Amino acid sequence: MAILFYIFAAVAVIAGLNVVLQRRPVYSALWLIVVLCALAVEYLLLGAVFMAFIQIIVYAGAIMVLFVLVIMLLNAHHEEPTHGSQFAQWLGAPLVVALLVEIGVAVWSWPGAAHVNPPPLRAGPKSVGDLLFHQYVLPFEVTSALILVAILGAVVLARKES
Amino acid sequence: MLSPYIPILVQAIIVAGLGAAILGVSALVGVRKRSSEKLAPYECGIAPVGNARGRFSVSFYLVGMLFILFDVEAVFLYPWAVVFKSLHWAGFIEMFLYILILLAGYVYVWKKGALDWTR
Repeated sequence: MAILFYIFAAVAVIAGLNVVLQRRPVYSALWLIVVLCALAVEYLLLGAVFMAFIQIIVYAGAIMVLFVLVIMLLNAHHEEPTHGSQFAQWLGAPLVVALLVEIGVAVWSWPGAAHVNPPPLRAGPKSVGDLLFHQYVLPFEVTSALILVAILGAVVLARKES
Repeated sequence: MLSPYIPILVQAIIVAGLGAAILGVSALVGVRKRSSEKLAPYECGIAPVGNARGRFSVSFYLVGMLFILFDVEAVFLYPWAVVFKSLHWAGFIEMFLYILILLAGYVYVWKKGALDWTR
């Protein structure tokens, strides 16, 4: 079980580095699909079965389609570095160092796996459905209004000037 | 707990292995005879016309966006389908209202002609 976690964590990190390092936006988008699929396996290992498959269906499926379409619409052939960004030049490296130190301190002071006892999670579609349609009925119905607003927004944004 | 997913893992490994094997074998033993016809970009058998980096219709973006939104809608149907027998009529009405609100969005998209490609 733990070995599966490390394998897919490594896949996610390597693919994530490739998302940043690839010079062609389409390659970055394809590597991002690998990141999302590796994270889906990690959700599965945590017991969040429903989340894992939603990750594949919505993120790796639908949202990546939109990413690729946007890359196509913008005609992004090669990445164009912005030379005018002073912010990245002066603050980038110190912020990376600060982040690494923070992660290092967190890992160093971690008491170890024996002290962490997460409750067993069995978040399959049945338990999600039971919660969603009994306890969280109102948020569920409000979600439809949210999606409706998003549909209107998409149509209005993409309308042709007449 | 993960045992039901082992077939998926096995299938993923077989798929990746088969793809790697086909590419590897054809790279190792394949005969390469380059000609201008063979090196031309493949475009469904038709001779390529012009540059692929022209301007695309915004309709692609709109359809992609609507696909995400209705995909998110469909995602809620999975947990509903699993538990709907225990929900009886209450579950039916809950989902009916949900679909009804989104049907209004669908009718709006339809009437606006957003799905009409020739527009």
